[in-house]
Amino acid sequence: MRYAMAIDTKKCVGCGDCVVACQTENNVPHGYCRDWIVENVVGSYPNVEIELRSERCNHCDNSPCVRCCPTGASHIVEGGIVKVTHNMCIGCGACIESCPYDARYSHPDGYVDKCTFCDHRLAKGQSPACVAVCPTNCLYFGDLEDPNSDVSKALKNRKWKVLAPEAGTKPQLYFLT
Amino acid sequence: MKEELFVSGRNIPNIDPYLNIWHWQIPIYLYLGGLAAGIMFFAGYFTIMRKEKDMATTVKWAPFLVPGALVLGLFALFLDLKHQLYFWRLYTTIRFESPMSWGAWTLMLITPLSFVWVASYMKELLPKWDWKLSILNKAEALAIKYRKSMAWVMMLLAVVLGVYTGILLSAFNARPLWNTSVLGILFLTSGLSTGLAASMWMSKSKYERKVLSRLDLIMIGIELFLIIHMLMGFLAASQVQVEAAHLFLGGEFTVVFWVFVIILGLVFPATLEVLELKGFHIPVWIPALLILIGGLVFRFVMVEAGQITRFLY
Repeated sequence: MRYAMAIDTKKCVGCGDCVVACQTENNVPHGYCRDWIVENVVGSYPNVEIELRSERCNHCDNSPCVRCCPTGASHIVEGGIVKVTHNMCIGCGACIESCPYDARYSHPDGYVDKCTFCDHRLAKGQSPACVAVCPTNCLYFGDLEDPNSDVSKALKNRKWKVLAPEAGTKPQLYFLT
Repeated sequence: MKEELFVSGRNIPNIDPYLNIWHWQIPIYLYLGGLAAGIMFFAGYFTIMRKEKDMATTVKWAPFLVPGALVLGLFALFLDLKHQLYFWRLYTTIRFESPMSWGAWTLMLITPLSFVWVASYMKELLPKWDWKLSILNKAEALAIKYRKSMAWVMMLLAVVLGVYTGILLSAFNARPLWNTSVLGILFLTSGLSTGLAASMWMSKSKYERKVLSRLDLIMIGIELFLIIHMLMGFLAASQVQVEAAHLFLGGEFTVVFWVFVIILGLVFPATLEVLELKGFHIPVWIPALLILIGGLVFRFVMVEAGQITRFLY
C-alpha cells in the first residue's frame, strides 16, 4: 500500500477550505496549519498565469525527517504515512530543518506536529478532512498500488509534477498541471 | 517575465517567512563542542608524543576548560529543545542515520572522560587536594596509570565530536548552504584552531606558545583553503547552492563573513602569529582572542544563513 495525493491545480480556486477543515479536524493550534495554499503568479498583466496549489507534507518515500530524528519519534506507518509520536519527540528541530517543504512546525506544547493524511479517518474508511471538504473536488487521495483508486485514476490521464524532485525525497503529492 | 509566490493561510512562528527554528543555542553548542574537541585532541596528541613536560599547559591545564565547555554546550542544547522533559529519549535509542543521535552519544562518552582527565591532574594543580574517599584515590591512581590509553580514546572522540559539529548541519539536504561534505572537516579544523588558541593564551612557556602558534598557522591555512573550496563547490553546483554562496559574495552576510570571520578571525591573527614568530613582541591574547571570536562568529553566520537557504519550486 502506498498512500498518495493528487492536487488538480486547474480546478483549485484557492478558497482555503482544506486549510480550515484540517485545523478543525486535527485541533491545530491558532496561528498554525498543517496544509496551506500557494499562489504562484507568473508573468505580468495581461499575460498572467496563476497556479494554485494546496500543499501539505509530501509523505516522502525517502524522508529526510525520519532519517535525522535522533529519538525515532518521526517514523513511517502503514501506507508510507510519515508520523510523529508526540511523547518521544524532544523538540530538537532537526526534522524541521531537514524538510525541503517546510511542512513541519513546532507545536506550542513543545513537540513537532505535521499532516498525518488524517490516518484516524482512513482507519474508519473515510478520506482525509481536506479531501472530504474540497468544494471543487480538486484533491484526489488513495492507494497508488491500487489502479482503481482516485489518485491512480487521476494520474493516469493527466500531466503532473512533484515539488523539488531534485531534493531526492521522492515526494508523494502529485500536482496535476 | 515576473514570477511571484504567495503563501496564503500560513504565518507559522519560526517558519514563515524564513525558517528560524534554531537560535543562538545551536551555534554556541557547536562552538563549545569544537573548542572542547580542539583542546582534547592536542592534549591527547602531546601526551602520546610524551611531551607532557614541555607542553604542560596544553596537556594538563587547558583541559580544565573542557568539562565546563561541554556542560555549558550541553545546557545550551537543552535550552534549544522545545519538549525538554523528554530529552532522555535521546538515550533510549541509537539511530545511525541521525547525526544528532551520534552527537548525543559521543558527548555521553567524552564528557565523563574529560572529567576523569582533569581529575587525574587535580593533585598537580593543587598539591593539598584530597579526594576524601579511598575509592576515589584508587580511581585516580588508575586514571594516572592509564593516561596514555585515555589519550588515544580522547583524540579519537575529539575528532568524532569536531566532525560531528559540522555534519550536524551538512546532513540537511534541504538547506543548500549546509549541504556540503566540506563542512564536517571545516568545523573540525576550526575547532582545532580555537582549541590551540585557548591553550596558547593560557600558556606561560615561550617554547610551548611557539609550537602551538605554528600548529595554529597550519590550521588557519587549512581552514582558509577549505572555505574557498566550499565556496567554489557551491558556485559550481545547482542554482540553490549558487544562491547560498551569494549570501557571502554580495548578499546580506558578506560583511560579517569577510570582516569578522575571514579577516579578523583568520587572516589578521595569522599575520600576528607570523610576526610573533619572526621576533616581534605581540601580546598572545590578541591573536588568541581574535581566533576564538572568529570561530564563534563563523558558527553563528553558518547557522543563521543556512536556515534562510532552501529549495525553490
